[in-house]
Amino acid sequence: METILSTLNGLWASNANLITTAVMAVVVAVSLLQVVPLMVWLERRGSAVMQKRHGPNRLGPLGLFQGIADGIKAVFKEDNPPAHVHKFFYRLAPVVCLIPAYMTFAVIPFASSITIGGHTINFQVADLNVGFLYIFSIASLGVYGIIMAGWSSNNKYSLLGSLRSSAQMISYELSLGLSVIGILMIFSSVKLGDIVRQQGELLVQLGPIAIPKWGFFVQPLGFLIFLVSAYAETNRLPFDLPEGESEIVAGYHLEYGSMHFALFMMAEYINMTVAAALTVTLFFGGWQMLPGLPQLHQLIIEQFQLVALAGDGLRVLFEFGSFAAKTAFFLWLFVWVRWSLPRFRYDQLMDLGWRVMLPLSLVNIFVTGILIYYKVV
Amino acid sequence: MTAINPIAFYLFAGVALAFSVMTVLRKNPVSSAFSLVMVFFSFAGIYAILGAHLIATLQVLVYAGAIMVLFVFVVMLLNSDSPSFDFRRTPALFRVAAGLVCAALFVLFVRVFKNSPPVLTPGAFTAEAVDAAGGNTRVISELMFSEYVLPFELTSVLLLAAIVGAVALAKRHSVAKPVSKKGVAHVAATR
Repeated sequence: METILSTLNGLWASNANLITTAVMAVVVAVSLLQVVPLMVWLERRGSAVMQKRHGPNRLGPLGLFQGIADGIKAVFKEDNPPAHVHKFFYRLAPVVCLIPAYMTFAVIPFASSITIGGHTINFQVADLNVGFLYIFSIASLGVYGIIMAGWSSNNKYSLLGSLRSSAQMISYELSLGLSVIGILMIFSSVKLGDIVRQQGELLVQLGPIAIPKWGFFVQPLGFLIFLVSAYAETNRLPFDLPEGESEIVAGYHLEYGSMHFALFMMAEYINMTVAAALTVTLFFGGWQMLPGLPQLHQLIIEQFQLVALAGDGLRVLFEFGSFAAKTAFFLWLFVWVRWSLPRFRYDQLMDLGWRVMLPLSLVNIFVTGILIYYKVV
Repeated sequence: MTAINPIAFYLFAGVALAFSVMTVLRKNPVSSAFSLVMVFFSFAGIYAILGAHLIATLQVLVYAGAIMVLFVFVVMLLNSDSPSFDFRRTPALFRVAAGLVCAALFVLFVRVFKNSPPVLTPGAFTAEAVDAAGGNTRVISELMFSEYVLPFELTSVLLLAAIVGAVALAKRHSVAKPVSKKGVAHVAATR
């Protein structure tokens, strides 16, 4: 027993970074997978609430197990690709859609760090030097899956859907990238960990209310542009032109069935989760605790005389809870907006992207530059 | 100077070579375009193992993510299933000429790499120096906006000129055409 423990200790000491990163990667991947059925449930129940319907309510409490039933159905469904498709790319497309969606979450920090046995663990899969540029670069690859699906399906509606999608993604990627430049200028770092840490600072004190330096308070316009562009990038309503069912049936995934179709849906929901998490990380303080929680944390430590490690563990738990709560709110916003707003017309979508969002994001950079020059922010 | 992992290098280089060959040899233009995406991706991998993470990211963002999407977009719009170029149908003279050009290029590469020193001498920006100065992104952006700001701005003016030129060329015919009253009304309605 002693020898096993000491070997384990040695292994831990020499490979601590590798082990924590591997564990973190698995945990993040598995939790992202859990978000998908939850989001499907939330979307269906949410739409039902807004339209005064019941929604799925038979399986499990509040219909929560509906996602499991849907998954089982998708796996066991007959899977016959249509005869006219380009087989290789038809099979590849859903995977190409899903993998970038998964990869992007790697740089998002979901809690601060904790020190166990002299080793500091950062709650982030990879703290890359290039920070959120990594997210943009990987996310821009997702469009290939859609293009592949549309083209290989050999169907006019599919091709139209994927053409719309790629045009839309290219247009809104510009304003998405430019809207974050303001954040970059203020926090002078692309590392998401640094950005979140700096958002914990105090911006102004209005009597009893302390306003933190969250991205939203220093970059309100940037936040608005980012949010709208993120909706367009994830192909969500009011920008879901690629799937506009009244015009092009279902767009790029028209010819897909069973689990292949489910993979597209998973990619969409994971993309939404990443978009929500990135919004929170850049503009709403990431894992910085929600108002009131730091005081509660202090109170619990004093009340129960917690040792340092337990106090730190509780802090990480609170931080992760805050991050999850904020992200959940933005995921709910996706559903909320979807069932509140009608779809744009295609020319309106392009107009908004090129004539409103792009100039606005440039103005935002310019104004931010002036404010920084005169030391206002 | 840090040594790079040879396994990773040969992996990325091999993938890049294989997909380059695919890009040339595939008959279907869309397959060629997707193969080219993989080539750019492998290049990004090589940049990453060299420690140039920013260049690797920008390679994926700009080449694999933006430029190739436009390529694929155009290829899909043309949607030609027929190969644009079939090397089996080219005249014999062309084939001989192509072979000669390839051989000349090969000889040139061999001569260049034979005469280059076996170990490159590292410049001022070693991996340690870059790390000490705050990482790749910071060093490159500081250089770009201080020492190299003029070339940087000139490049953007060049790109702007290219954009204006492209728009002017594309619009030349439609501007010259007289627009009827009905046409104007139609344009206004679609706005």
